[in-house]
Amino acid sequence: MNNNWLLRVRNLTKIYGEATPGVLERTGPKFDTNICSRTGAVVAVNGISFDLYPGEVLGVVGESGSGKSTLVQMLYFDQEVTAGEVNFKPIEDGNVNLFELSNQKKRYVRNHLMGMVYQNPRDGLNFRFTSGGNIAEKLLMANVFNVGKIRIRGADLLTKTEVPIQRMDESPARFSGGMQQRVQIAKAIANNPPLLLLDEVTSGLDVSVQAKVLDLIRGLQQDLGVSMIVVSHDLGVIRMLTDRTMVLKHGQIVEQGLTDQILQDPQHGYTQLLVSSLL
Amino acid sequence: MIENLKFQHSFNYAYIDEFTKKEIRRKTLKAVCIPGYQVPYSSPEMPISRGWGTGGLHLTLSLVGPDDVLKVIDQGSDASVNACNLRLFIKEMSNCAVTFDTAEATLIQTRHRVPEEILTEKQILVLQVPQPEVLRGVERHEAKTRIMHGEADYAKIWVTLYEAYVRSGTLRNGAGHPIMVNGRYVATPSPIPSWDVPNLNKARCLYLFGAGREKRIHCIPPFTRVEPLEFEDIRFKVEEFVGVRCSTSGQDKAFMDQVYADDLSSSYVINDSNFLDKLRKGPRPPQKLFTNPE
Repeated sequence: MNNNWLLRVRNLTKIYGEATPGVLERTGPKFDTNICSRTGAVVAVNGISFDLYPGEVLGVVGESGSGKSTLVQMLYFDQEVTAGEVNFKPIEDGNVNLFELSNQKKRYVRNHLMGMVYQNPRDGLNFRFTSGGNIAEKLLMANVFNVGKIRIRGADLLTKTEVPIQRMDESPARFSGGMQQRVQIAKAIANNPPLLLLDEVTSGLDVSVQAKVLDLIRGLQQDLGVSMIVVSHDLGVIRMLTDRTMVLKHGQIVEQGLTDQILQDPQHGYTQLLVSSLL
Repeated sequence: MIENLKFQHSFNYAYIDEFTKKEIRRKTLKAVCIPGYQVPYSSPEMPISRGWGTGGLHLTLSLVGPDDVLKVIDQGSDASVNACNLRLFIKEMSNCAVTFDTAEATLIQTRHRVPEEILTEKQILVLQVPQPEVLRGVERHEAKTRIMHGEADYAKIWVTLYEAYVRSGTLRNGAGHPIMVNGRYVATPSPIPSWDVPNLNKARCLYLFGAGREKRIHCIPPFTRVEPLEFEDIRFKVEEFVGVRCSTSGQDKAFMDQVYADDLSSSYVINDSNFLDKLRKGPRPPQKLFTNPE
């Protein structure tokens, strides 16, 4: 097995409710539900394992409620995990489980080594700060205490994400949805993280803005060589951005492989349904 | 008739009962041990409402003894209504001596100012604090601010300084510039002007901060490192009174109040009343002055 992975995820599990033994076996696509028939516990993510390689873009598709967002939120420490192990190469050469790190260390990973773009810009941005201030926050978290450098980096990032620099000192609350999303991307890549998590970045944007944001992400990926996990229910996004895709249903992987292969020749019934319902 | 024994006695020495005083002293000791950390305490009922200086009063009353010399100031003045009433109350309750003279006092309770005159190791300065949580402006939830302090997660407070600079070209954002105490906890110096903040650094006296309404005590022990938060390129600065002299004493190099007359003309007066008195009577008392960086 190839050992140059960046991120290794093993048996990642998230259960809302009582984690009684057997709850994982009673849910999943086989039973067509993620609710345990005995305890009513909801299994959002059910023993997911995968590797992510440097520079690779991994797509995660699935219908709403399939556990896509929970998956990336756990990777970004937004949610507590129920079980599972994640190893990340920049931390102790991948020999420790990220979830066993101290809170300070977790915060270091979050601020220095990962970037997250949420579906809703309100989750990723602080609307009480200016957009420049939002980027500054991420830089300050990484101990850059020089206003000159922060301003230059902020302007640089906003140029890269095509947000007019004249509006750097304005609150993102006054921006359009697409611009807010681009500010969020600028914030996420502020510290040049090796891993970027994108959670439904284009949902809720109109098609032309979607195309722009996708273009931006693809350009950044090519320029910076950053690894990405792209969560989307939109196969168009997946086709445009990703090299490899996992299809999630009821918290489990039902199919994975090269994106082209999955879109051309879907094996699992659910994937076939997804592909055939593509407009 | 029901006899209530509780009210047959006059008040306990220094108003607060001994057990509660002991509790406040214990919390104060804890605060001294962890500079800048906010220690929760009981904040017992006082004959004034919370938020009117009860935190300072608790600390002062838990410390005061018959041999103490007390000074109470409010925004630099010994003569304001608040200062007079608190001074009278503490004197009545503890039989201590009172003074206006900063150098003579062993215990000074103050609101919104630190005296200009250098304080010594024989003195304790008690500050009344309205809002002890320096992070409250950026985080509403108490549980979260505690985690942020625990993990020294101060990025948000830095962003407010960045934003202040972007908006106004200066880090100064009114009174109470956030300070880093002993390189660990970011704390509020209470709403003192920036002019007073350098006086907190490596001081010889003990600074105690009491917030009665918020039920917190924090402390800066003597000779503790206190750094105002500042950027590498944008430095902290104190108020500048350029080309301005006190209209009463003709002196400068002290924090000044701008006083408006009826015809809208304005003059400046040194804010610290005892310092002003001393300047008018004799030699300048010892003072620690901060020079703004270029």
